[in-house]
This record gives sequence, structure tokens and C-alpha cells, in this order.
Amino acid sequence: MFEYAPAPESRSVVDIASSYGLFIDGSFSSSKEGGTFKTVNPATAEVLAEVAAAGHEDVDRAVAAARHAFGSWSALPGSERAKYLFRIARIIQERSRELAVLESLDNGKPIKESRDVDLPLVAAHFFYYAGWADKLAYAGFGPDPRPLGVAGQVIPWNFPLLMLAWKIAPALATGNTVVLKPAETTPLSALFFADVCRQAELPPGVVNIVTGAGDTGAYLVQHPDVDKVAFTGSTEVGREIARSVAGTGKRLTLELGGKAANIVFDDAPIDQAVDGIVNGIFFNQGHVCCAGSRLLVQESIAEELLFSLKRRMSTLRVGDPLDKNTDVGAINSAAQLARITELSEIGASEGAERWSPACELPDRGFWFAPTIFTGVTQAHRIAREEIFGPVLSVLTFRTPAEAVEKANNTPYGLSAGIWTEKGSRILAISSKLRAGVIWANTFNKFDPTSPFGGYKESGYGREGGRHGLEAYLA
Amino acid sequence: MPKSARLAVRKTYKLYIGGAFPRSESGRTFVVNGDNVALASRKDARDAVVAARAAQPKWAGATAYNRGQVLYRVAEMLEARRREFTSLGVKADELDAVIDRWVWYAGWSDKIAQVTGGANPVAGPFFNLSAPEPTGVVAVVAPASLLGLVSVIAPAVVTGNTVVVLAPEPQIAITLAEVLATSDVPGGVVNILTGKYAETAPWLAAHADVNALDLTGVTSGELAAELERTAAGTLKRVIRPRQDADFTADPGLRPMTALLETKTVWHPKGE
Repeated sequence: MFEYAPAPESRSVVDIASSYGLFIDGSFSSSKEGGTFKTVNPATAEVLAEVAAAGHEDVDRAVAAARHAFGSWSALPGSERAKYLFRIARIIQERSRELAVLESLDNGKPIKESRDVDLPLVAAHFFYYAGWADKLAYAGFGPDPRPLGVAGQVIPWNFPLLMLAWKIAPALATGNTVVLKPAETTPLSALFFADVCRQAELPPGVVNIVTGAGDTGAYLVQHPDVDKVAFTGSTEVGREIARSVAGTGKRLTLELGGKAANIVFDDAPIDQAVDGIVNGIFFNQGHVCCAGSRLLVQESIAEELLFSLKRRMSTLRVGDPLDKNTDVGAINSAAQLARITELSEIGASEGAERWSPACELPDRGFWFAPTIFTGVTQAHRIAREEIFGPVLSVLTFRTPAEAVEKANNTPYGLSAGIWTEKGSRILAISSKLRAGVIWANTFNKFDPTSPFGGYKESGYGREGGRHGLEAYLA
Repeated sequence: MPKSARLAVRKTYKLYIGGAFPRSESGRTFVVNGDNVALASRKDARDAVVAARAAQPKWAGATAYNRGQVLYRVAEMLEARRREFTSLGVKADELDAVIDRWVWYAGWSDKIAQVTGGANPVAGPFFNLSAPEPTGVVAVVAPASLLGLVSVIAPAVVTGNTVVVLAPEPQIAITLAEVLATSDVPGGVVNILTGKYAETAPWLAAHADVNALDLTGVTSGELAAELERTAAGTLKRVIRPRQDADFTADPGLRPMTALLETKTVWHPKGE
């Protein structure tokens, strides 16, 4: 294999300030309680900026701003709201290189993913939902759908700007106003989005961004003047949120964890399946709730498939997220790296066989080599718990019925994969899998027109598509 | 008492679980309007969940046409038993609404997937379809009236779910169970427990094999909040109580969509 010369994307397109305030009622202000925290580049551990930590008073201010803006925003004709959203979509497209570099710096994801996946999807979501704003009466939720009010939205660090788009675009299209809390480790792109809103001349208070840690988010979702809560993140936190809104009448949607089975049958095209497996678990360093983290392979082809998979994994380039040749970037935080490391050690200690390709990891920042475990059983913790990292557990099966049983043997139900050349088998298996998104002969594909969301403990509600409007309409 | 007077045969109101009418395993009863009716226990609730789970895949797997036929048959039986419901105090206009509501839902079985599912025009060479699927086993705290009862049972079962219903009006609910039992509704699809819902509902809210909880009939805000908190443990879908619900109004799609999951399947489209 020949060596690629480094091909770094320039950082000069992004101008990161040394500190950022909260975006409330159309302008930036510091936290009333004066708290700040630092956000770092996970690839180098270098501090990128200091960001305000919103306290209770700040969240109160943000919710009040959103409440105030709700009256006029919801009264605006849908066609006018649409124009704001179209503006936002256009500005995102125009600033997409800047935002992609920023996202890779703050998150650690490879630039080719932030540039070619995240940013195009972010713009597409705003375009898609912009078009709904003046067509809500045709969406199938009744002839006169009404917005709910103020939406409190809490999003994770794995796709900071994409999750923001998933939350904000349908909320605004339906006439709601929002207070959004980005994740503590990746607040920057949301703050840049605040600037996009200003460029679009979005009325003050329609979008408010409060940065901070878990307690800021908890206070936001419990705020008595929030009408709708939307959360994407861990199942554990989702459960807490569901408990905390009990009895309040707030509407709630949750996009939680997953432990997807990627099922490969003996008639699958091996090379395509291997690429799908790699994309399923190593895309975005495995920081994907719908990642194909359990590979179920039919016993008769297991050896051949694993040989190809290992060969393919040996070609993955791990390193500088800003290098255009990088396939696998940095783990998002020291805490996440510790969790991946711990669960991987548990996998080995419980008797699964661990393998990683030879790969040199940078000496600064947070890194984890792509890893697979073979000889995994359903009882192993690595087969049951979400690792949220580039770690794949390999199990085998003999019959389609066994594959279905093993795939469904999890409290999660977000996604699944099926690899087979037989169309009727795809339909039969997909109808038996308890999962919200099923990729057949492909994996990890997203689109704003396509509803996304889980069964069982992977949460409730759907985001994307016509279905995604329902969460924001009375 | 004149000698010729015939003594009426009284009906015993029991539970409805798995298509059968057992007494409460606890042996408990309570008195409602002079009748001894079964007082369901926690074990009865668990048995009902087992029956509902066992019936669910086959009911969901039945053709929509078949499910529609079965539901329509229920409406026929309701119509035939009007007199019995009337004797229990159900007014004629409510009965009309009950039967019409049931017929309305019966017709949804083969339409809901077309209205709520469909092809997604994704930006790429993929065949991408979304279709609704039942959530699974639904525990329902039903409102007291017959119209309220059918307004929570029909949307759940027409969409392929199976239900465990806690019913506050035992005679009406068990009479409805007799309708269901003689209407080709497979045993276990609808299970009805009578008694004190405050006693049994918490067990159903916590039950790991119950997928959704419908609190429409809960009258205490405190209990509703507690049940919601309990349901959060397993991230159950929860339909909140509706004190002001007007069951005579057009219910729209929400009672059905709240108990459906959307499954989206992607497949590459290429040569």
C-alpha cells in the first residue's frame, strides 16, 4: 500500500474567537452567573475557546425571549417563515466550508465527513422543512395544525450541527420558537449558527442558544414555560428526562441509544458488505446512535468475511481530522475515550478475541484504533451495551430465524442492516426486525425526507420527513 | 311473592383474559350495582400481559383486510346486543355513537398504512419506504363510559396492537368483552380487567413487556404523573389522560398514530 502525502484542509477559513457568550433574544451575552468552560480540539487537546455556562437565570431569560417571540413568529404566514428558513439554508451552503472545518476542529470528525455528509445534510434539512412551513394543512395532522409554543431542545456531541438542524428546522417551520442547548464538548457550531440566524435577520428570540453542561440541559427541559422537549442522547439521560416531564403535559420526543445488528447472509456480496460494515461502525468514529455495532454473520461465510473485513480495516487511515485522506478521526473527549477503553477491556476480559489493524495513533489528543471483537456471545457486555466508539462485536448465526432472534435481543430498537442478494429475504427479515430504520445492502444513510427514530428503549417519535412535523404540532 | 314468579338467572361478571372469562386468581370480588364483580390482582394483570403478548404477532401479522372484517363483525355484534347495553344504562344515542365509532375504526385497518406511510424521495439512488407497525402490547386505563371504552380499544387493536384494559365500569366492560369473545377477535387481543385501576395500573406501567401506556381514563393528576414516571423506566410510549376528552368528536388519526412505530427501509437502487 502506498503512502498518501498529507492533504490538510486549511484552518484559515474559520475565525474562532477566544470566548463566546450565550445567544439570547438575538444577541450574545455573558452568563449571569459568570461561569465559563473550555471547549477543546479532541485531536490535539488544544483549547479552542472559552464558552459561557448558562445558569438558571440565563435559561429563564432564554425561555422568556422564546416565549415573547412565539407570538409574532407563530402568527407569521407560513410562506414568510419559509423564506427565513430558505435564507438560513442558503447561508449554510455559502458558509459550508467554514462550518465543516469548525465542526471537525471542535468534534474531531474527519473533514471529508463534515464536508461531504454533515454540512450538505444540514443545509438540506433547512431546505426541506422550509418548504413545509406553508403546507402544514396538507401534512396529515388535521386541517388546522397549530404550533406548541416554546421548544426546549438538547442535542449531543456526535453530529453537533446536524442534530441542531434536525431539531430547529421542523420546530421553526411549524411556528414554534426554540431554546437549544448544544453539548458541552461541541458548542461552537451552534454558536456559529446563531450568527447564521443574525445574517438571515431571523427575528430575535426565535432561536436561542444556551451553552452549558448537563445541569443546564436539565433545567431547560424542566422549565415550566417550555411546552415541548426534544432530546437526542443516551438512553440513561432520556429516561431521566421522561421522568422529569411526567405529569407536566409537555410534549416529548427522544432519540436515544442503539445497538444495531448488521446482518450478513451467506449470499451477500462480500466486498459491498464489508464496506457497509466499515461504514456502519467506523463512520464518525462509531459515535453514531444507529451505528452497526453488532455484526451478525452467517456461520458459513464468517471466516471469509472476517478475512476481508480485517484487510479492509488495515487500509483505514486514522489521524488528523483536517487531513482530507483521514477515514477515522479523534474520539470526542477524554471521558468518551475512557468509556470505550473500559468496555473494550471488559470485552477482552469476558473472553472475546480483540483485534485492531497495525495503526500509529497521534501522541496528543484522544484516539482509539478501529477494533473488532470476535467470538462474542449475546451475554457479553460489548454485545449488550452501547459503546459509542469504533468497536465492532462479531457474532454468528446459522438460520434466518436465529439472526432475527439475536438481532431483536436488545432493549434498543433504533436501526439494523441486512445484506443479502435475495429480495424476498430482505422484506421478510426487515418486517421481523424491531427497529425504526433498516438499511438493506447499505448502511448509515440519512436524508431530510426520510423519518428516523427508534422502537423500544431507543426512544419515541420520529425526526425527518413528514413524520418529523408531528412532534411540533398540536 | 307469587308462586309462579320465575327467579332470574344472574350473570357473574368475571375478567376477560386470553379469550376466556376467569375469576380473579386472588378470589377477590367487589360489589357494583348489586353484582359481585371480579377484583383484578397484580397477578391477573401479569397474566393478561402474557396473553396479550402471545396474541400480538399473529394479530399484527393478519392481513389488514382480515383485521377489518373482524372489527366490523364486532360492530354487528354490538348492534345485536343493544338491549343488554341499554339495560346497563347506556343511552341509545351513545350506543349509536359507539357502533358508528367502531365501524369507522374497522375501516381504517387497510388504510392507515397508506395514509401514514409511503415512499420518501431521498436525494440519492435509494428505494426508501416508511410504513407503520404496531407498538406491541398496550396497557390502557379506560374511561368509564362505553363510548370512552371503545374509543381507546378500537384504535389500538385496528393498528395491530393487543391490549390489556383496566375498566372502571365492570358490567359494561365485561359485556363488551362478551361481544368481543363472540366476534372472531382472537383470544388475547383484548384483555379486560375490572377492579381498582390505582392498584393494578402501576404494575402495568412498570411491566417490561408492555410497550405503551394509555392513561386516557385516569382521573387523578397525581396518579397519572406517578404512572408516567414509572413508565419512563422502560421508556414506554404514554398517552396522557384527557379529562376533557369529547368522545363524540372526530378523533382524527392521533389515537392510532400514537400507538404505531414508523419503520423506514432503505435499499440501493442501481443496476
